[in-house]
Amino acid sequence: MSVPRAVRRGRPELYSDYAADMALLNTPAKRAWSAAILVAAVALPLLLDRDLLGLATQVVVYALAGIGLNLIAGYAGQLSLGHAFFMGLGAYTAALLGGTGGATVRGYELDLLVWLPLAGVVPALFGWVVAPLAARVKGLYLAILTLGLLFVGEHVFKEASWLTGGSGLGRAPAEAVVLGFDLYEARVLLGREIPAEGVFYLFCLILLVVLGVLARNLARSRTGRAFAAVRDRDIAAEVMGVPLVRTKRLAFTLSSFYAGVAGALLTVLLGYTTPERWNLLLSIDFLAVVLIGGVATVTGPIAGAAFVVLMPRFIETFAGSLPFIAGTVGAPGILNVFQLQRMLFGVMIVVFLVLEPRGLFGIWIRVRNYFRAWPFSY
Amino acid sequence: MDLLLPGLLRGVGIGSLYALLAVSFVIIYRATTVVNFAQPALMILGSYFTALFAVQLGLPFPLAVLLAMAALAVVGAVTERVAMRPLVGQPVFSAAMVTVGVFIVLTMVANRLIGPGIIVVGDPWGIEFLRVGSLTVFQSDVARTVLGLGAVGAVGLFLKRSRVGLAMRATSLDQETALAQGVDVGRMFSLAWAISAALAGLAGMLVGTGSGGLEATAALIALKALPVIILGGIDSIEGAVVAGLLVGVAEALTRVYQPLYAPWLGANFDVVVPYVILMATLMVRPYGLFGTPEVERV
Repeated sequence: MSVPRAVRRGRPELYSDYAADMALLNTPAKRAWSAAILVAAVALPLLLDRDLLGLATQVVVYALAGIGLNLIAGYAGQLSLGHAFFMGLGAYTAALLGGTGGATVRGYELDLLVWLPLAGVVPALFGWVVAPLAARVKGLYLAILTLGLLFVGEHVFKEASWLTGGSGLGRAPAEAVVLGFDLYEARVLLGREIPAEGVFYLFCLILLVVLGVLARNLARSRTGRAFAAVRDRDIAAEVMGVPLVRTKRLAFTLSSFYAGVAGALLTVLLGYTTPERWNLLLSIDFLAVVLIGGVATVTGPIAGAAFVVLMPRFIETFAGSLPFIAGTVGAPGILNVFQLQRMLFGVMIVVFLVLEPRGLFGIWIRVRNYFRAWPFSY
Repeated sequence: MDLLLPGLLRGVGIGSLYALLAVSFVIIYRATTVVNFAQPALMILGSYFTALFAVQLGLPFPLAVLLAMAALAVVGAVTERVAMRPLVGQPVFSAAMVTVGVFIVLTMVANRLIGPGIIVVGDPWGIEFLRVGSLTVFQSDVARTVLGLGAVGAVGLFLKRSRVGLAMRATSLDQETALAQGVDVGRMFSLAWAISAALAGLAGMLVGTGSGGLEATAALIALKALPVIILGGIDSIEGAVVAGLLVGVAEALTRVYQPLYAPWLGANFDVVVPYVILMATLMVRPYGLFGTPEVERV
């Protein structure tokens, strides 16, 4: 049922059916903003230099992992500290299948079309297997259980030197080559030279859009409503006929899939990885992405990822003009840049939880509502 | 036998340390139903303050330890007031995440204070040992056992016998009822954090004994208390003590026997043994040995 143009004029939010109300881009403003942001994101490789493009790629990869964590922690309400472990699992699956072997490590040099899907599927399968065990506990117990998984996983990574290169040594990642086309190589596009980071950035961006839309669609479907029911009151959800274990299992599996893909891409971006990388601090980074961005949203983690990845660079750039900050480790000053970065990171988590639990997404909602109701402030 | 007894003694030493840390988690959990992930940072600050008072300022060691505990109590109470109090009534998830934020901030403070090197807490025990028959007993293990379990006992007695302890127990049972009886619930939260941080500070000193020194990264040892509180029951002090000793002994015995009998598990497997115990406990008996099962309504 479409509304006649004459009726709809001046009333952009008039819906006459449920589908239009639930549509992804249900207002003209959303359509315009989404298009503008997408165009800007695609144009970035033409505008930025290599160094900043690397950061932009990291934002995209962090957003991907953040969306994955938000599926389980935000939508389904199962606080997981094991996200870094699933990322590591994906990274090493990719490195094993797509990487080059060496004296200690194995590698099969397969195509990206093989290793990237499997980098998601292997952690997803692992998540699918352990989820029924994890579904037995909830809340903080689950957080502690996944913390245990993280530590045991780190131990396994350190020991499996044929896979990871061993503790402190590490290995090179998979080669990002699709059917002979290297995604990590400078190209010429529209008469402009695009650096290798730019090409890889565009590839990651496509993945982010596809997987982001997928997550958003999932969230507004029957499955997403089941997740929310389990989060809000699991017993009530079960009484109403939502299968608890199956729902939690699905959330775990999907979240691990996203984590694995993001982990594989992150190692390609960083170029090298040690088993120690997939630790508690990395998990906390992604919790921050979700909390600062906005719990149970898809756009939130993208904003959160930009915040978490870009804030250290921002501080680094401006720290030189602050008198009490030492530029390098060991130089005099109250704090060095690294300490200031981490400390502000912790402060931000606290500040957002205390002052704006809905995160950057919530701030955006407030700003939007202010202008929507303007000139009335209420 | 040559391996078993030293292993057991070592285990009791570490186990007492774990028990102490676990009790510091339990006290905050009982007061506010939050697992305080900032505890590792509080512990390492305890090591730092002990080193500061005992080594740099040259105070007598017992006095230095007491001063460090007092300093930590202040840090704990301030943290509670600034970061945790605004979250009363909010979901536990938020409060737990705030403690993660606090963990990062305090870890960086400790990093800054300790620097890239190592600190020594200036304990009088060092690597001294006693000989009992043919057995070698490290003094640091004795100190850990006596001081760790002693402090836990003192706190237990305080909670059981004193008027304030009664008020704290009332608060943990039902905050509103406690409020109605004239208990200042907010002050009980502060007190719980102060006691807990002081215990963590003592644990920080005990971690530093009997070794060549501590790095700032040693803070993560405190996370071993999480398997302990799960095994013992997250709201039980007795459970924390029993489980602390069990986990400590299990870890120490693994260190002795695993390289002999199961070398395929890899080097340093003993470090992850507590986490294996943790996962097994959650599978079999989620509320631990002495914990209270949660009763939920729809």
